[in-house]
Amino acid sequence: MAMKYSETVMEHFRNPRNVGEIPDADGIGEVGNPQCGDIMTFYIKVKDDKLDDVKFQTFGCGAAIAVSSMISEMAKGKPLDDAVAISNKAVAEALGGLPTNKMHCSNLGADALRAAIQSYRDKVAANLAEPPRVKVEPETDHDHEAEAVCHCPYCDLENPSDAPYCTSCGKPLDTH
Amino acid sequence: MKKIYMDHVAAAPVLDEALNAMLPYFKDNFGNPSSIHSLGEDAENALTDSREKVAALIGADPKELVFTSCGTESNNYALKGVALAYQEKGRHIITSSVEHFSIMHTVKALEKQGFPITYLPVDSTGMVDPAEVAKAITPSTILVSVQLANPEVGTIQPIKEIAGITKERGILFHTDAVAAVGHIPVDVKELGVDLLSLAGNTFYGPKGAGALWMRRGVRPAPLLDGGIQENGRRAGTENVPAIVGMGVAAQIAAKEMASRAEKMSKLRDKLIKGITGNIEEVLVLGHPIQRLPGTASVAVKYIEGESVLLFLDMEGVQVASGSACISRSLKVSHVMLAMGVEAATAQGSLLFSLGKDNTEEDVDRVIEVLPPIIKRLRDMSPLYRKAKKG
Repeated sequence: MAMKYSETVMEHFRNPRNVGEIPDADGIGEVGNPQCGDIMTFYIKVKDDKLDDVKFQTFGCGAAIAVSSMISEMAKGKPLDDAVAISNKAVAEALGGLPTNKMHCSNLGADALRAAIQSYRDKVAANLAEPPRVKVEPETDHDHEAEAVCHCPYCDLENPSDAPYCTSCGKPLDTH
Repeated sequence: MKKIYMDHVAAAPVLDEALNAMLPYFKDNFGNPSSIHSLGEDAENALTDSREKVAALIGADPKELVFTSCGTESNNYALKGVALAYQEKGRHIITSSVEHFSIMHTVKALEKQGFPITYLPVDSTGMVDPAEVAKAITPSTILVSVQLANPEVGTIQPIKEIAGITKERGILFHTDAVAAVGHIPVDVKELGVDLLSLAGNTFYGPKGAGALWMRRGVRPAPLLDGGIQENGRRAGTENVPAIVGMGVAAQIAAKEMASRAEKMSKLRDKLIKGITGNIEEVLVLGHPIQRLPGTASVAVKYIEGESVLLFLDMEGVQVASGSACISRSLKVSHVMLAMGVEAATAQGSLLFSLGKDNTEEDVDRVIEVLPPIIKRLRDMSPLYRKAKKG
C-alpha cells in the first residue's frame, strides 16, 4: 500500500525535533500498545505553568514519529492550558495532512502530551518528588493483551483489536 | 541512485522473452480463442501451447489445468468450488493459520455461510504438523487446504506427508503453491495433491494470469459462470497475452530453476548473516532448512517496520514488512502471530524476497545501510530504552 506522506511529514520523520528523555522530568505520559504498533512516551519540564521543555521517545511508523515531532514543537513554550488544547486535527493540519488510516497517530500524540501534563498536575496535587507515569490505556480487568484497542482505519473510532468490523462505521477491520 | 529491489514476492519484472512473446497477441494476433475463424484458431493454439508449458512446470497433464486471472482467483475457485460441489458429503474444511489472505478470507466467508473451519496451528518455524491434520479430520471433512510454501517467511510445508493422510481418509487436498511454483521443483503426482494454485507473476511472467490444476475426477463448481471457455470450468474471455507470457516464463523457470535457486539461496544466506552479524536482537523467521531460496524474513526488536522501510527507500532499497502500520487493517501479520512471535517484535518485521537478478553488491549495500537505520530508530524508541535499562 503506497504511503502518501506529505513533504512536511517526511521532513519531521527524517529530522524529528526534540527526541530524547528528560531524566528529572516534571511529567511523563505514555500511550499506545504493541498490538497497534505505536508507542509514544512524552517527557515535560514545567516552569511558570509553561512547557519549558518537551522530549519524546516513539516506537512506530513514519506518521507516529512525525506527529510526535510536530506536537513537541507546537507545545514547547506554551502555557499548559494551551498545550492541553492542541487537537489531533491541529497536528494533522500542521503536518499538511495525514493519510486517513494514519489519523489515529495524531490522536496518540495529543493523548501522550496530555498524559504528560496530567502526570505533572498529579505530581503537584499530591506533592510528590517524582511525577507518576500516566499511561493512557483502556480500563479493563481482563488481561491487557486481550483487551488492546486499535483505531478503525476508516473513521478512527476505537475498537477491540479482534473486532471483525468497526462498531461505528461498520467497515470490516479484518481486511488487509 | 540504483534501486535495489528485494520485494519479488509482491511483483517481479517480466522476462524479455515473455514480454516479446506476448506483444503480437495485442495487435496482430488479437483473436478470441473461442472464435471459429483462423484468427481465433491462432489464439487457441497459443493457449494450448501455453497450457503445455505451464503443466510441464508442475508435472501435470495439460488437460487438467484451468487458466485463471491470478493466484487469488485460483484459490477462490478451489475453496468455494469444492465447498459448493461437495457440501452434500460434508461441510468441514481444514486449513492452516499461516495461509495467504486469498485462502484465509475465503474460508472466513465460507465459515459465515455455515462451513465449519479448523485452522491448524504451526510451530515456531511456521510449519504445519501432519499429525495435526490427521487429528482434525472428522467424518464431515471435505477439504484440506495447506500452502506449499509461505510467501512471508518462506517455510515449505510437508505437503507429501499431509497428502498421505488425506488420501488414506479419502479427502480432497488443495495446496496454494503460488509462492513455490517456478522456484522449487513441484510435481503434482509426487506431492499427491488433488488441486494446486499457481500464478505467473511470481516467476517473472506478467500479472493477470494464473492457473488451478485439479486431478481428473475432481469437480469443483465453477467460480465464474458464462461461456464455455476452459471446457466449461472457467468462463470469461481468456487473457491471451498474459497466458502466453506465463507459458514462456514457466518454460524458462523450469530450465533455470536449479541455477537460480543456488544463486539466490547463497545471497539470501549472506544477507541474513550480514544482518544478524551487524544488528543485535534480530529474530530470523521461517524454517532454517525447508525454505524458499529467496526469502529472508527477520524481525528487528524495538523498532517498527514501516519507519525502516521509509529510510531504506531513501537509500534506494525496496522491501516489505508485516508490521501493523503497513497493513490496511492496521493489524500485525497473522503469520508471525501464528508462529508465536510477540506482537511488539513482529512490528519490526522486514521481508526481503530476493530475485534472480539481485547481486552480491545489492546484498552488501543492504548490509551497509541497514544497521545505522536501526540504530537511529532504536535511539528514539521507548521499548529500546526500557530494555536497555534492564
